[in-house]
Amino acid sequence: MNMIEVKNLTKKFGEITAVDSLTFHVAEGEVFGLLGPNGAGKTTTIRMLCCLISKTSGDARIAGYQIGNGADSLAIRKLIGLVPDNIGLYEELSAYENLDYYGKLYECPEGERKEKIEYFLKMMDLWEKRDQPVSDFSKGMKQKVAIARALIHDPKLLFFDEPTANLDPESSRVVRDFILKLKKDGKTIFINTHNLDEAQRICDRIGILKTKLLAVNTPEQLEKTVWGSRTVIQVEQINDQIIAAVRKLKPKDLSVEENRIILALADPQKENPDFVQEIVSAGCRIQYVTQLNPGLEETYIKVIKETK
Amino acid sequence: MRLSKAWTVASKDFKTFTKRKSILYSIIYFEVFVSIGMPLLIRFIASKPGGAAALPTFMNAFSFWFVIGASLLPVGIASYSLIGEKVQKSLEPLLATPTTDEEILAGKSIAAFLPAICSNYIGALIFTVLVDSFTYSTLKYLYYPNWDIAIILFLLAPLACILGVGYNILISSRANDVRAAQQLGTLIILPFGAVYILSEFKVLTLTTNNMLIMAAVLVVIDVIVFYLVKATFQREEILTKWK
Repeated sequence: MNMIEVKNLTKKFGEITAVDSLTFHVAEGEVFGLLGPNGAGKTTTIRMLCCLISKTSGDARIAGYQIGNGADSLAIRKLIGLVPDNIGLYEELSAYENLDYYGKLYECPEGERKEKIEYFLKMMDLWEKRDQPVSDFSKGMKQKVAIARALIHDPKLLFFDEPTANLDPESSRVVRDFILKLKKDGKTIFINTHNLDEAQRICDRIGILKTKLLAVNTPEQLEKTVWGSRTVIQVEQINDQIIAAVRKLKPKDLSVEENRIILALADPQKENPDFVQEIVSAGCRIQYVTQLNPGLEETYIKVIKETK
Repeated sequence: MRLSKAWTVASKDFKTFTKRKSILYSIIYFEVFVSIGMPLLIRFIASKPGGAAALPTFMNAFSFWFVIGASLLPVGIASYSLIGEKVQKSLEPLLATPTTDEEILAGKSIAAFLPAICSNYIGALIFTVLVDSFTYSTLKYLYYPNWDIAIILFLLAPLACILGVGYNILISSRANDVRAAQQLGTLIILPFGAVYILSEFKVLTLTTNNMLIMAAVLVVIDVIVFYLVKATFQREEILTKWK
């Protein structure tokens, strides 16, 4: 079952189109990451899906409830938890008081609320500091409280908007590990992030957004789709004779960087041996043969650049 | 609208205010000035030769301070209540909860209205008791309670307080910091201050009839401000236009 279904979702602010005709889905239990530069429409997308702002056109459903439908909006907000890019805790109040307030707003019964607050604060190593004002906390500790706040009503779907932005590496790791734990627990998670490494580690599928959704796939498939399959053959000494020999086999694309021959092939498993044989026959010694993995960062940059 | 939700929002704000000493002090200072300072001034007037004849005019005019107070006291609370949320960027997670705009607005209004009106009533109780004790020997009767103070406390003061709350919510939607909101918010006392000054110069007399007319005008203004606040307090507006 799909937890999020989005069809041609568009948001305009006056003449400016912030999000243009998004179409994607997120399955139950899936972790979906939305990547994009600043101003790409990531936060606007989350805000529309959380029923915080209206859509201009298109349709989106959360667990079957339609966004933009007044009656469904409250039902959607009960189902979701949001960790916004700005932590937004009440600095004068303690961690316990912050969570208790949100527990009440999410209509958690008192006993259950107390149990959950204790559970989350203990799990995040904040129980001993539960009565301290949040203003005394580090950014990482505040982010932990913000995550606990989003989980206090046991939501089925969690939205994270830049969850590790502005955090030090150690705090980022704590937050990332916690998201992975939530993934294990079967929560559906939607993450906006700039952090490509984080996206690759956490997300089952990734969408690249720049007002329009430019690509959606698993990180591995995204690389393959964008770059195709590329084989790198490193030889001892490159020369024109070898390049001519390689060209004879008509690769889809061929480039040479120092002693490396980079080939784009339709079916590398079938074609690689032919190319290796041809190069060896041309009297060249091969040092190694490998598949080119440009990584998500390169893939992301290529996709974004191609839209300029 | 679920009142329990509005009360949850208000309770959180009450808790925040108790930790913000500046808000508490602003209420206490004002009430001490009006409820103790004014009776001492009346005591001084009563002790002067011929002061007895002037006492009722002064007492009526001074009791109008409870209308001024009702409009002024929500300034600190209402502006902090909303600007505080803006500054701490806590509006987005709050709006993401299953709470309606009306419930949040009602909660914020209760949080500003109740402490202001309650402290006003406590101040008024001290004021009337002190004034009666200081003037009884001169007037030979208890001046308070009377209909005029009843109209001031139970009609004009709540209406002025509602106006103060609404006006400050409107200001808070445009202001960026608490201080700027409070400075603009204090302008609410101008019309009430003008009435007070005109009454002191006997241009306007605070008779029962005049105060009832004032109450009717305030009802109309409160209704207009209510609709303006309702139009301003829309979650999309808050997230995209409140800077």
